[in-house]
Amino acid sequence: MRNPLSKTIEEIKPSGIRKFFDIVSEMKDAISLGVGEPDFDTPWHIREEGIYSLEKGRTFYTSNAGLKELKIEICRYLKRRFDLEYNYEDETLVTVGGSEAIDAAMRVMIDPGDEVLIPEPCYVSYLPCVQLAYGVPVGIPLQEKNQFKLTKQEVLDNITEKTKILVLPFPNNPTGAVMTKEDLQEIAEVCVEKDIFVLSDEIYAELTYGQRHTSIASLPGMRERTIVINGFSKSYAMTGWRLGYATGPSEIIKQMIKVHQFAIMCAPTTSQYAAIEALRNGDADVERMSTAYDQRRRFLVESFKRMGLECFEPFGAFYVFPSIQKFGMSSEEFATRLLQEQKVAVVPGTAFGDSGEGFLRISYAYSIDNLKIALVRIEEFIKTLEK
Amino acid sequence: MKEKILNAIAKNSKISKEDLAIMLGYDEIRIEQEIKEMEEEGIICGYPTLINWDNVNCEKVTALIEVKVTPQRGQGFEKIAERIYKFDEVETVYLMSGGFDLTVMIVGKNMQEISNFVWNKLAPLESVTSTATYFVLKKYKEHGLALVNGVSEDERMLITP
Repeated sequence: MRNPLSKTIEEIKPSGIRKFFDIVSEMKDAISLGVGEPDFDTPWHIREEGIYSLEKGRTFYTSNAGLKELKIEICRYLKRRFDLEYNYEDETLVTVGGSEAIDAAMRVMIDPGDEVLIPEPCYVSYLPCVQLAYGVPVGIPLQEKNQFKLTKQEVLDNITEKTKILVLPFPNNPTGAVMTKEDLQEIAEVCVEKDIFVLSDEIYAELTYGQRHTSIASLPGMRERTIVINGFSKSYAMTGWRLGYATGPSEIIKQMIKVHQFAIMCAPTTSQYAAIEALRNGDADVERMSTAYDQRRRFLVESFKRMGLECFEPFGAFYVFPSIQKFGMSSEEFATRLLQEQKVAVVPGTAFGDSGEGFLRISYAYSIDNLKIALVRIEEFIKTLEK
Repeated sequence: MKEKILNAIAKNSKISKEDLAIMLGYDEIRIEQEIKEMEEEGIICGYPTLINWDNVNCEKVTALIEVKVTPQRGQGFEKIAERIYKFDEVETVYLMSGGFDLTVMIVGKNMQEISNFVWNKLAPLESVTSTATYFVLKKYKEHGLALVNGVSEDERMLITP
């Protein structure tokens, strides 16, 4: 029989996180600090709107790009929160989570052999999405000494004639790094000068601490070359609803709608109705949850400092990314032993790219009480290492 | 700063000053001062515990009483409200707009005790013109917290990207 599989798919490695998941799920009483989703339930008024839409029998397809009311609310929201101006008619696409938007954007922008710059460590799906679109992913290893921000020089060092897209994943999963307006301005200049497009994944835009998120699309010359990806999962604690969106120049969005229309048809109708409520009346929920994350963030950073686990201060998302280099073992070894000896699950930095070696991703999407229990165990583990 | 502290302790007064200091990013001594000030200023009036008495093996009955009163010259409702809230049985007193004047919630061992209170203490007060008593059958939520059994399980997968 012939090989049923394509060369492309065979070249794609399974997610590094999967491997660790399998180990963790066999351990019954482990405490996990390994999740990438909020611990809050979706605010009730949003869930209630989803229930109401079901009661009303709104169980049909919506138009491909999404409900008109939702697209209008998305555009209003982006204007209100990030000073971004998009037209709901042909510059906005509602997707099945931010992930689908990443995939669709890559497919419509990449020709075989085009290079895509991906700052690492980063979320796991950019690289395979580029590969599936026959592009060439080019990782840019970010440095802890730059607080895991992307610098102008790093971009310049990796640009070739074939570079077409730069992925900008900030606020960042797994490092918690953010890019300020000034940081972004430098990157924007390079993109304009070298004619590079940007895929800006801003799914954690509402979760920044002590500063407001700036979208690179709001900077001069960038709107026409940026696809902004955002969604409801992190800001409104709606991961299971699978709802995200992409906004950008109509030239690109129109083609993304094509991919979406043939592959997906439309995003879940119930979720779209719930999302309208989230955007209309959810600002206070966002505020409440981000305040809670900020408190936990301080708590973790402070505790790590006290127990001698080096950790740069992250200002976004809900992760801290401490360094374990001084213990002289790999991230995976550290995480595995921490799990076996103290039953605390964290994710090795290497699950997010080779440059994550020497770091751990620790999530604070947990109550302070849970964090406390886990921290006692981590401290205990570190003590045994230092003996 | 005061508001931040209040928001943090509103649903969990057990939180230690040390944790509060880290979570809010102020030093512990300042937090302590602010809290002391707010206690003195009557902003923080107490630290009660939210108990679901239904789960305890002891009988308690709660009643909500709508009270109509005649306000007194020069004192408005203050005097009569005070005469009512000073009774130990009385848990809550609100001045209301609408069809009656005061909402009074009281707790007793049984219905007998509550009707004794209404007949012997509340109704005979000179400025009380009428009362309507409703017994509480079940409490679902108080102080913004649902009175449910146990802690809800974390249903998230242990590791996700």
